[in-house]
Amino acid sequence: MEANATSSKGRSGRKSIMQGNEACAKGAVYAGCRFFAGYPITPSTEIIELLSEEMMNAGGVFIQMEDEIASACAICGARWGGKKAMTATSGPGFTLMQETIGFAAVTETPVVIVNVQRGGPSTGQPTMSSQQDIYQVRYGSHGDYEIIALAPSSVQEMYDFTVRAFELSEKFRTPVVVLADEVVGHMREKVIVYEGEKQIRAGHRSYVVSPQEDFYTGGNSMVEGQLHDEYGRRIGHLAQESGQFIRSINRKITDHIDEIADVDSFFMEDADVAIVAYGSVARPATSAVRLVKGIKEEAEEKVGRFGLIKKVFSRGKGTESPYSHLKLGLVKVNSVWPFPEAEIRRLAGHCKYVFVPEMNIGKYYREIERCLPECRVVSLPKVGGELHKPKELLAEIERVVTA
Amino acid sequence: MNRLMERYLKTDALPTLFCPGCGNGIVQNAAIAAVDRLGMRQDIACVSGIGCSSWIPCYFAMDVMHTTHGRALAFATGLKLARPEKEVLVFTGDGDCMAIGGNHLLHACRRNIDMCVIMVNNYIYGMTGGQKSPATPYGLTTKTSPWGSYDEPLQGAELAMDLGATYAARWTTAHPAQLSKSIEAGIKHKGFAFIEVISQCPTQSGKELYGTRDAAKIVQYFKENSWSYKHGVKPPEGKIVVGVLRHDNDKGEFTEKMLEKQKAVQSSRSRKKGGEGQ
Amino acid sequence: MKISVDNVRCKGCGICIGVCPKKVFERSKKRNSYGSPMPEPARAGECIGCRLCEQMCPDAAINVEEEARAPERKQKKQDAEEE
Repeated sequence: MEANATSSKGRSGRKSIMQGNEACAKGAVYAGCRFFAGYPITPSTEIIELLSEEMMNAGGVFIQMEDEIASACAICGARWGGKKAMTATSGPGFTLMQETIGFAAVTETPVVIVNVQRGGPSTGQPTMSSQQDIYQVRYGSHGDYEIIALAPSSVQEMYDFTVRAFELSEKFRTPVVVLADEVVGHMREKVIVYEGEKQIRAGHRSYVVSPQEDFYTGGNSMVEGQLHDEYGRRIGHLAQESGQFIRSINRKITDHIDEIADVDSFFMEDADVAIVAYGSVARPATSAVRLVKGIKEEAEEKVGRFGLIKKVFSRGKGTESPYSHLKLGLVKVNSVWPFPEAEIRRLAGHCKYVFVPEMNIGKYYREIERCLPECRVVSLPKVGGELHKPKELLAEIERVVTA
Repeated sequence: MNRLMERYLKTDALPTLFCPGCGNGIVQNAAIAAVDRLGMRQDIACVSGIGCSSWIPCYFAMDVMHTTHGRALAFATGLKLARPEKEVLVFTGDGDCMAIGGNHLLHACRRNIDMCVIMVNNYIYGMTGGQKSPATPYGLTTKTSPWGSYDEPLQGAELAMDLGATYAARWTTAHPAQLSKSIEAGIKHKGFAFIEVISQCPTQSGKELYGTRDAAKIVQYFKENSWSYKHGVKPPEGKIVVGVLRHDNDKGEFTEKMLEKQKAVQSSRSRKKGGEGQ
Repeated sequence: MKISVDNVRCKGCGICIGVCPKKVFERSKKRNSYGSPMPEPARAGECIGCRLCEQMCPDAAINVEEEARAPERKQKKQDAEEE
């Protein structure tokens, strides 16, 4: 699709304005998702509402299950029935799904779970945004497993990352989480969407333990939540084999981080102060960088790595800004898990200061701190449900840098 | 080894992890005999949850999904909806189905989705070592009710029937032929079929419930204490009601209704498109 | 009737001894692979071929077959099925 690009933006598709949640639903249909099970929860409900219609149109299946646990289970069941499957939820529902995410990881079931984050803990702030689930995504289910999580920061990325989530999940036969948040989910923006269906090949290359076929194909598949060998026989009571199993299920992802890692950078070549941001916080972070550089014009869009639309900023004049003395750059982490350590070190390793704004009490900065021991990593947390303001970020950066 | 079972079991995975005299093996025989009679081996997938009874299909050389505790029905719902033309056979236990999976049972019955559920009821949590389950009779001493259970038990088959299952039956392990026929009917039935099998757990509940750990004696007890269901007749006190409690098709099946709706939506869409063209 | 009890599969629960309507089985001194005493079709001549023991054996250890001509017939039937 990307190859026969005809539009000026480098991608042939239909331009329209829509909400993030809507784009996510459209992306799922384009990626070939033909099974959706969900349970309404603010702020992800629009995805369910829209897919209840779209699935019918596309000849797929939509079912509103009794709870999020059942939704997650149903999509796993459907995937073994041969349908690409997805569910969407928010924090409280995501907590309920953890059990099944572990199951999907251990049975190598490719499913996509969209988590439109809201403020927590517990019922928390149903209508406000947050990034408090960043560690739950990674460590939520019990036991040792690796997960792939993509954090969109725009409506276009909501669409693109949903499609990519299906690609990655099929390729690595693993659950993939689209870690959106309320801001991105409810924001309306320009987006380029495609018609038809993207052909995503069901992956058999990357499986490590279960060369199992879809059900009803005569393969006598054995899908087993206990640790098992390649024939589905349990090995849970054998220390050697179990250790091997756990290592391989983790390594199939950690060994391929370079195929998964998606990190954007802006003006990082000559920066000595960097902002590392993901999800919706990347938006004010981008604005802060634009302020510093004095960029007024819109970013140009080009098709970049993995066929994703990437923004390219022209170099601004940088004279009018009161912060023009800051050599500021931005690292935008799109694939938050597995942690793209090498990529971040390559992009920001030379910086003196690294600022990590997050809409939580300060979580992801610990990972950054661990991977950039030479830099001074400063957490800029903001809780309560509001995004950082660009000037707020700059004031804080100014304060730390000049101190 | 039995010839029929040899064809259907993964012999390299044997022996089963069931204790000597466990009723699960009898259910295994009955299910396989039913599948063999139907001749639909490749068109039936088995789904199970967690517990002793959920290990029953794990030895079948068929498509099997051994899932998380209580969620078998939710997984099965997804599988059935993805492939409405195929059959799903669910194995579950009294704790798996009525305690942790109670909500899923409620909604699967309510939807009347086409699947056959075999709930093996041994009145106890066998795998974890003999704790109280929602089916444990009032007053029974278990590991978690050392002075006798003081909550009211659930009756699986009646519960499913009340929730909307259109096929409901109860048998004991002393009725292998009837059970097998029931499973066959349940798979063929278009709608939610729920078959409760009263089974023995000689290891965990035998002594407390039946005064013996001898499986043969417990089976004899089942035989003597079961009462064939007759519509409108009150069963005698203390007897296990066995038989097909309900078998009707008065309620539409979920996947059929879904496909019907899908067809209607798509034809109206294509009509609309055609109209636009003119 | 030819009744065989698999000593590898049998767990020695004794259900077959209890359920047989003709009391064909008896607990013998022979031990199965678990070390517990195995049932033995001591009165195989009494067998009426109801196959209740087959259906009731939790470990699928019992096989009941009609003697002499039976295996051939079964084989033929299987062949026909496969065709």
